[in-house]
Amino acid sequence: MLAIRDLRVSVGALELVHIERLEIPEGRRVGLVGESGSGKSITAMSIAGLQPREARLAGSVRFAGRELVGLSDGDMARVRGARIGFIPQDPTRALNPTTRVGPQVAEALRLNTPLGRGAIRARVLELFAQVRLPEPAALYHRYPHQISGGQQQRVLIAMAIAARPALLVADEPTTALDVTVQNEILRLILELSRAERMAMLFVSHELGVVRAVCDDIGVVYGGRLVEFAPAGAIAARPRHRYTEALIGANPGLPAGDEIPRQSGRRFTVIDGSVPAAGRFPAGCRFRNRCRHATAACETDPPIAPGEAGAWVKCWHPVAAGGPP
Amino acid sequence: MTALVEVRGLHFRYGSGRRGAAAGWTLADISLALAAGGTLGIVGESGSGKSTLIRLMCGLLAPDEGTLTFDGRPVAGWLAAGRRAFLARNQIVFQNPRRSLDPRMTVARALAEPVRALEGREPGADELVAGLLRVGLQAEVLGRYPHQLSGGQLQRVAIARARSVRPAVLYADEPTSALDVSVQAQVLNLLMDLREALGLALVMVTHNLAVVARLTENVIVLNRGRIVEAGPTHEVLGSPADPYTAALVGAAADVSLAGAGWGAGGGGHGGGDGGAGGGGR
Amino acid sequence: MAEALPPSTAPGAAPGAAAAAPARRHLPPSLVIGAVLVALVVGVALLSYVWTPHDPARINVRARLAPVGTPGYILGTDRVGRDMLTQIIVGARTSLYVSIVATLVALVLGTALGLATAASEGARQSVMARAIDVGVAIPGILIALVLATALEPGNTASIIAIIFWFIPIAARVTIGPARQILALDYVEAAYAYGRSRAYILWRHVLPNISPILIVQASIMFAAGILVEASLSFLGIGAQPPVASWGRLLKEAQPMIDVAPGLMVFPGLAIMVAVLGFNILGDGLRAWLDPRQITQAGH
Repeated sequence: MLAIRDLRVSVGALELVHIERLEIPEGRRVGLVGESGSGKSITAMSIAGLQPREARLAGSVRFAGRELVGLSDGDMARVRGARIGFIPQDPTRALNPTTRVGPQVAEALRLNTPLGRGAIRARVLELFAQVRLPEPAALYHRYPHQISGGQQQRVLIAMAIAARPALLVADEPTTALDVTVQNEILRLILELSRAERMAMLFVSHELGVVRAVCDDIGVVYGGRLVEFAPAGAIAARPRHRYTEALIGANPGLPAGDEIPRQSGRRFTVIDGSVPAAGRFPAGCRFRNRCRHATAACETDPPIAPGEAGAWVKCWHPVAAGGPP
Repeated sequence: MTALVEVRGLHFRYGSGRRGAAAGWTLADISLALAAGGTLGIVGESGSGKSTLIRLMCGLLAPDEGTLTFDGRPVAGWLAAGRRAFLARNQIVFQNPRRSLDPRMTVARALAEPVRALEGREPGADELVAGLLRVGLQAEVLGRYPHQLSGGQLQRVAIARARSVRPAVLYADEPTSALDVSVQAQVLNLLMDLREALGLALVMVTHNLAVVARLTENVIVLNRGRIVEAGPTHEVLGSPADPYTAALVGAAADVSLAGAGWGAGGGGHGGGDGGAGGGGR
Repeated sequence: MAEALPPSTAPGAAPGAAAAAPARRHLPPSLVIGAVLVALVVGVALLSYVWTPHDPARINVRARLAPVGTPGYILGTDRVGRDMLTQIIVGARTSLYVSIVATLVALVLGTALGLATAASEGARQSVMARAIDVGVAIPGILIALVLATALEPGNTASIIAIIFWFIPIAARVTIGPARQILALDYVEAAYAYGRSRAYILWRHVLPNISPILIVQASIMFAAGILVEASLSFLGIGAQPPVASWGRLLKEAQPMIDVAPGLMVFPGLAIMVAVLGFNILGDGLRAWLDPRQITQAGH
């Protein structure tokens, strides 16, 4: 339903993102994981047509048979309002502080659905109930600052799904929230996407979260999608050397009897730090930090397809069978 | 075993207004001991009081009740006798290195500050360089300002700064959670290296149980300002006796909605429904 | 002291993320325009010490009320024959002297008060902050009038009046940003390595709020010029023979039908000076890196 081919996002002469391919079939949830500066958020925002003003898009993003790259702002806004829902990172900055929350959601419905006044109000209350906001009728008249961050995010989720979009784009939807409410919001997003059979693009820096929410996962580094695989496969059998190194450097909690009695066992590390945008090496973006890099890595690696739609963009991937 | 740091029956609450847990206390009835050169992990969810606890231990806050002794002498006594001797032996590293270095001070100046303040002398350039090498940074970093360095480099500078006065205990408050995932392991290894090379005691606050499992011999689990379980890490995390600890461990090991890191289990933000104080608000 | 670095720590000194040279910021136009206007006023004031077209105190009744364009009196003369251009040039001196001295004193005292308030705790802080709010809420012109009337009229009276007017304003501008800085970890770290509160305010807080103070100073200079002119206009500021734009206006008022030009030029002078400092303040605000004003992460 969504198909990306060679999407490039650049600001001036600086190319921030180059996603060669990414597909989101109907009803499927796809996650993008990456560190800060990987370009995952700008990718999500570009797909929703919310990239920063100075950013230029090139390539192709086809959504429900329609090309989104090159659409005018107005056309893009119509597509986004009706067919693509967007959940932002920081709810406190996404709501208008001077308007009550109910009317803000109603406005989204007025613009994007043919509903009449009364029907809109009823639908807002229905949405509030659906995102499990307490006392929807009372909350309708509150201002954003009168409700908690978690509730604000629920309001924004209600707004995102108001027009029953076919695709939901969520950009780190829980990062700005208190940890105690993060899980509830994630569960809500997951349940809604299932119940409404929405496809989803879910962006996060936490692999664990993406794994729990998504069917497929793409790993982003240096503005490139470097690996794509079903969610279960990626943590268990990473193929790209970057994915492998990250998982190796951040092991999970061992099973009970495997916790060492002696503390101080070192972590395997990835050398160096994430370069600033524009300072990644040519060819494979990860090669200056990769222990397996060779001269071949100076040229851009091709996409090597694997099983079940998975692929990896690496000259020296982990063997498909996976490490022992 | 004589304890270097000993906490007995400690209670603490913030000035007025703040809603604390446990009958108004932010921390209640905390007792623990740390041997010289020992390691202690403090785990719990946000709001459990873990960051407050290490601020009490390193002298940034004063307890309302209970006693805190360092090297056999009450901390209140240490502080009354002039804070310097105590502070020089108890140093802290914070979560976000971008916020823990003054943007208008060069690395050289930041590194010199503790020595100037606590030892009343100006450290030589070679001493500063040695301090940098020790944390894996090169001398050229000395003239830089914080905005010219990466998060990982800044955290190394912060560690070098804390180390410059040769403390006996290094406190670390979530020292990697503001860093890029790919550099967290570097900083954790550095802490382990320093601890072994210098015989430092290390007290580390974290929500990531996988980190505690590697770094610390002992662990205490805080829930709403109280210790719910304490003991050797492999016992507490390996076979938790308390249901709250079990929930944390379960959330970390389970790949449900709780993973904090990249690994199969990541950390334990988890137990959202478990005992999370005031969940939905 | 220098044990070798254990091997498992990777050197993090790889050419760092943001280590690139900061992009050259180009000057905002308002900064340039403001600076030119301010330089003009300051230049004229300085010029008055070495050269004026006429002796500013000289009265020449024969040339009284000369119209604009009279040879030798380009901007005309007033009712006792003083050269308007000379009066304007010398008046710049008074305006700048009063407003700059008063503003700097108020800024120093107000900032100190603001820092002390931000660094105090609990009830004490709220009492101090409330007192400052009250100070800001009292109409400044009222304070100025009362003070200036109680004192002997003159520039000193203006200066003292402006100082009292501006102190609470400067204090209030300081409190918020100072509290933001005080909440940052590097302040806590400084406490942890034994720095005193006074040292932290002086070496950490003050430098980090300085962009705000610089902008504030520029805006206050403008306000100071306006207040000085008002007080002189009301007759409680500069007294003859001290030249002052406000006094010129006051003296021109009765002649408004006969010689309207007498009001125009002092008015223009005040406008240029006030506008200059205000625009400069705007330009500084745009130019001084906002990331350094609020250091809240990224």
